[in-house]
Amino acid sequence: MALTPVTNQTPAFTAATSAAAGAILGLFVGTAQGSGLMGLILGAALFGVMGFVFSSMLLEQQKPIRWLTIAAFAVAGFLMGGLPALVLGALFGWFAGWFIFWIATSSYRKHLVPYLTPGQVLWHYGFRVICGAIFVFLITPILVVMPLSFNAENFFTFTPEMLRFDPAGYSLRHYRDFLTNPDWQQALWNSLRIAPMATLLSVSFGTLAAIGLSQPHVPFRRAIMAVLISPMIVPLIISAAGMYFFYSRIGLQGTYVGVVLAHAALGIPFVIITVTATLVGFDNSLTRAAANMGAGPVTTFFRVQMPLILPGVISGGLFAFITSFDEVVVVLFVGSAGQKTLPWQMFTGLREQISPTILAVATILVGISICLLTTVELLRRRSERLRGMSPS
Amino acid sequence: MSDTTQSGPVLAADGTPLKRSLARALRMQKLRALMLIAPLLIFILLAFIFPIADMLFRSVENRIVADTLPETVVTLKDWDPMSGESPDEAVYESLYYDLFVAAEAKEHTKLGTRLNYEHTGISSLFRSSGRKVDDIGKADVKAIQRSGDGELKNGALWYEIMSGGSSAAGDTDLLDGERTKLAQLTGEKFSGDIGFVPGAEISKLFPRTAIAYTDFALFTAVVDGDIVAEEKPWETVYVAFATEVSTDGGAANLASYTGPGADALKAAAAAIADLPPISFKEAFLDIDKDWGNVGNWRTIQTYSPEYTTGYFLNSVDLHLGADGVEARPENQQIYITLFKRTMIMSLMITGSCILLGYPVAWILANLPTRSANLLMILVLLPFWTSLLVRTSAWKVMLQQQGVINDVLVWLGLVADDARLVMINNQFGTIVAMTHILLPFMILPMYSVMQTINPTYLRAAKSLGATNWTAFWRVYFPQSVPGIGAGSILVFILSIGYYITPEIVGGTKGVFISNRIAYHISSSLNWGLAAALGSILLAVVLLLYWAYDKIVGIDNVKLG
Repeated sequence: MALTPVTNQTPAFTAATSAAAGAILGLFVGTAQGSGLMGLILGAALFGVMGFVFSSMLLEQQKPIRWLTIAAFAVAGFLMGGLPALVLGALFGWFAGWFIFWIATSSYRKHLVPYLTPGQVLWHYGFRVICGAIFVFLITPILVVMPLSFNAENFFTFTPEMLRFDPAGYSLRHYRDFLTNPDWQQALWNSLRIAPMATLLSVSFGTLAAIGLSQPHVPFRRAIMAVLISPMIVPLIISAAGMYFFYSRIGLQGTYVGVVLAHAALGIPFVIITVTATLVGFDNSLTRAAANMGAGPVTTFFRVQMPLILPGVISGGLFAFITSFDEVVVVLFVGSAGQKTLPWQMFTGLREQISPTILAVATILVGISICLLTTVELLRRRSERLRGMSPS
Repeated sequence: MSDTTQSGPVLAADGTPLKRSLARALRMQKLRALMLIAPLLIFILLAFIFPIADMLFRSVENRIVADTLPETVVTLKDWDPMSGESPDEAVYESLYYDLFVAAEAKEHTKLGTRLNYEHTGISSLFRSSGRKVDDIGKADVKAIQRSGDGELKNGALWYEIMSGGSSAAGDTDLLDGERTKLAQLTGEKFSGDIGFVPGAEISKLFPRTAIAYTDFALFTAVVDGDIVAEEKPWETVYVAFATEVSTDGGAANLASYTGPGADALKAAAAAIADLPPISFKEAFLDIDKDWGNVGNWRTIQTYSPEYTTGYFLNSVDLHLGADGVEARPENQQIYITLFKRTMIMSLMITGSCILLGYPVAWILANLPTRSANLLMILVLLPFWTSLLVRTSAWKVMLQQQGVINDVLVWLGLVADDARLVMINNQFGTIVAMTHILLPFMILPMYSVMQTINPTYLRAAKSLGATNWTAFWRVYFPQSVPGIGAGSILVFILSIGYYITPEIVGGTKGVFISNRIAYHISSSLNWGLAAALGSILLAVVLLLYWAYDKIVGIDNVKLG
């Protein structure tokens, strides 16, 4: 939907703007080739000419022209530097085509309120570019890890083969290493043994307590809440040290039970927070209605209350699971070699820099996080729907 | 209300006054809520709060000196360090007996290590003296062993003498006292029958000898698992007898002794009569002249009490010197710097999180729901990704042969031989931690900004405000609670961070947590680790309290 009626820009304006964009892109290509100034001038000239020609003569054939630009840039790139440059060239071409027509047809104004000054329009898009850069900052580290994990060499960086898209540069050897190396397998197995038990403990205790906390009259509610949330706030190294000394005194240090108890304590705040948040919208007259119809407290809990708060409980459980699955400081102190978990193994690997198998593990873990995130997000929406709130 | 005429309290259905009935219902409700919370609360208190409190207690606990040198601590009390002279003979004598037992239990090196934190060089003093302490009074030991028919060379007669024969009255008080002393020294239990009770007569006449022999007997029976009567006693027994017999009244005591082995003891006394009396002070000064050093003795005296402020003073680069609290030497001052660095870097991380988080939160709050949800995934994905994955990603990106440097070199912005050093320094820590903590800033800001009504901004503009004024005077003040909540959260989390600085921080980019971990696992200075931890925890709890006041912990949102 268009907010503002727009007219096409003059070829001169389009040419000038495109030249500016071309100058920036040209600068990058130029410095990479050895002469920044050359690149700047050539880029500006090329884009300027294209802007002028497209906007004055070819405005009606937008689609074919844009495809043509992409193809031309890709071919030019390939001639200059092989396969990697082809991809870069195609991207440049797509950008050039899109940008010139976006300016020429004044599309950039279409969705903005009509009274904005040019400066405000510029700021509007400038701000979006800044935000985009921040999003890139947020996501790049994760995206960089994934391709690197398919590295055929033992390096933590992109090899020339990888950049040439040479199949020889890629391999699954680090994944194979992860699946066959007994150290990693033992670590994975330990993680899978510890995290579910810790989750079970924190979810069962945590849900009960959250229900208790959301009753209307709870003495010392604030203080109790502060104590229950504290495992999230106290620096992990302090928790780890305290548990280490105390658990060694009572003989739990270096045992499976000790690590499970420690991780359960760390996961509890997350369960409390999510379940309490779900209970905020809980209609207490439902339990009264159930009681009125003759249901006992246990039946009421399992048949009425539990189905309604289940999404919150599950997402709390997932939080607790990921806390334990991801935890390294406490297990480093409370556990012994027999409880070496996946993060512990990664930590040792990172400190001693042994192999990019870490990156393969990291990629797998990212996959797991994506699954968990999706589940939690779906559950949150379901819970809001159940409670009659509109999903936001 | 049919019976409004009736006077008196309103009654509930069962006839009790309504007020009381309501109060009871309320009490029941409270009780039920507490019953639901109780299991978790007890679990957290036992598995989390109590261990931490127990650990923090180590920062003031200092029983090691009194446990290892129980007698010396008592005799040293009267010594005046201001006199500038080393302590008198009595102190060295008790040091001899204490150190001998400690060396047998191999506890003297621990004490040396502990005191070395306060006074450098004391550790080696204790270690070397522990080896040589059994040489003291060698001449007397030899003479006693050779006296008579050499019966005192082996354990059987000594056992007879010290236990006073099979039917003699035993001094169980002495035995129990020594049991407690050794238990405190070694941390093990010295209970159970050891097949020996010191005789009441001998312990009255020669108390020191009886104590020395009892220590020996307990050690032989409990630690070595041997029969007391079959083992040769420690040198301390001979030395104690030699000193006690040659002091005033010693000879008279010996003459009045009629128990088993009286003849052998008299022969032994005669054998050592010609030898010079043992001087413990000289013997210790022979072993190491540092035992005459007033500074060493002052350190022992200062750290004799069971509780100490020494660790806390140490953690702020101070120590207890001759004239009370004073600064440590320049080259040992590291903790104030470390605390300052932790604070400044946490502030910088918080600051960069605000700078990067604010625009993102704003755009998330102002875009249409569909695109906002899509972008929200980009914020939540790092939040859900394993901390180690993100840290390793930053290690991969920032190192000298890493992705960023490669791109910069390829672009020609940086020469190949002048790659930027972005890791193992403060820059690496700040970048990686900003990335890791950014979602904790964005989420609270976002939830606050969602509640800000966009019409206020439009109203401001229609009243003639410029963009900047409208933002700064209308929008920004309303978003401050979000900034506050996010900042405190990020600051709390970053101040206690351990993993990321450890991996990407090198030596210059580490936090106080890394030092605490070092003291727990490498240098084993647990008291100092506990003191540093207490200070850190105090700061965090203060912020936590502020967070609770300002935001309320119930309002923490996850995703």
